[in-house]
Amino acid sequence: MSKIHVNTTINGDHLEFLCDPRETLLDALRDRLNLTGAKEGCGTGDCGACSVTLDNRLVCSCLVLGAEADGKSIGTVEGISKGEELHPLQQKFIEHAALQCGICTPGILVATKALLEKNPDPTETEVRYWLAGNLCRCTGYDKIIKAVMDTARDLREAS
Amino acid sequence: MEYHKPQSFQEATEIASRNNGVTRFLAGGTDVLVQLRSDILTPDTLIDMKYISGVKDILENSDGWQIGVAVSGAEMSEHQKLSKEWPGVIEAMDLIGSTQVQGRATLTGNLCNGSPAADSVPSLIAAGAHVSITGPSGTRKIKVEDVPISPGKTCLRKGEVISAIHLPRRKHNQGDAYLRFIPRTEMDIAVVGCAVNLELHDEIITKARVSLGAVAPTALLLENAAQKIIGSKLDNQALKLLSEEASKACNPINDKRGTIEFRTHVAGVLAKRTAKIAYERAKENR
Repeated sequence: MSKIHVNTTINGDHLEFLCDPRETLLDALRDRLNLTGAKEGCGTGDCGACSVTLDNRLVCSCLVLGAEADGKSIGTVEGISKGEELHPLQQKFIEHAALQCGICTPGILVATKALLEKNPDPTETEVRYWLAGNLCRCTGYDKIIKAVMDTARDLREAS
Repeated sequence: MEYHKPQSFQEATEIASRNNGVTRFLAGGTDVLVQLRSDILTPDTLIDMKYISGVKDILENSDGWQIGVAVSGAEMSEHQKLSKEWPGVIEAMDLIGSTQVQGRATLTGNLCNGSPAADSVPSLIAAGAHVSITGPSGTRKIKVEDVPISPGKTCLRKGEVISAIHLPRRKHNQGDAYLRFIPRTEMDIAVVGCAVNLELHDEIITKARVSLGAVAPTALLLENAAQKIIGSKLDNQALKLLSEEASKACNPINDKRGTIEFRTHVAGVLAKRTAKIAYERAKENR
């Protein structure tokens, strides 16, 4: 079976890769581009661990084909920090201990960054609904929600 | 599996017509890729519809609205005028899946997946929506209620594909609503779904369309139930008759989400509640 040639932009960098038509964007990111931040939890769009942005729209990369990334702009957790300098969300997640095993964390960071760009002043309910597709079996969510609310407050005050 | 990116519906139809084996059309992929990944179904031919011009457009024309086959739920919810005119359709679509799923899932995909519990389908039926179907012999337009024929099956023939969804032009004194029952607040599949679309004159219902999902092999259009509230101001007697007719129309299955008895009862309750919301919206929409 011939492979598909994909030209895409990931975290601002232009990249090319070859993939099988059946291959998901998640597999392409992890296995071909060595971007292993996005995780495979369920593989069926239920858990959100593979969350990325596709042309600034939050999606599950397990439900996108690698071939569909052609000509698109992808954002992953690797693009959130500026080199060694953590994004305020990442810093707050550490301060609030909003992670334990860490499998869900990259997806939750990508998802919450997308939320705060769209809505800098969300209510707690809005945060909880926005993150309904990101499952975490360690934290019980409370610490995550607190970290997000705290980041949103800081970012609003800084702007 | 072959992956195609046609530039037109004509080309998509030609690819689908000449290939034997399993063909699937890809828009949002939230059903097709789940089936592919879980080895339920691997298409021999996958036709990505997103490179056809206009498939991402929500257009308003003299007949109403035309929604492209690759418009996502999130894009619909963000469209202020469409949301104002068809709140029932928007709330039904918005109930499907997470934020991530909303970024990809489409109305057309929800319809073509053929699930009896699809949330958006009763809302489209109540709205009186139509679909354009492009096939080898041209384009035809049919009612949404005629698309699903049994769980997982639609009336689309080989080589045919839905090329747009059409919502009627909204008039004053009209309103729609959708409610579903699930055992939790989010992220579940309807045990029962109900959509109601009304038109009023001096607060009296002059036109009504009532649709139920997840209580029969396909979403139902309840003409008898609608007749029970036409001519009323949705008083308690009319609501009681509506509820009885809704329950009477049910032909559900027993499964882990609900029993036959429970679904039949809930259908009646939801019909009342949904009608009340649609009625209030129609009154406000002057």
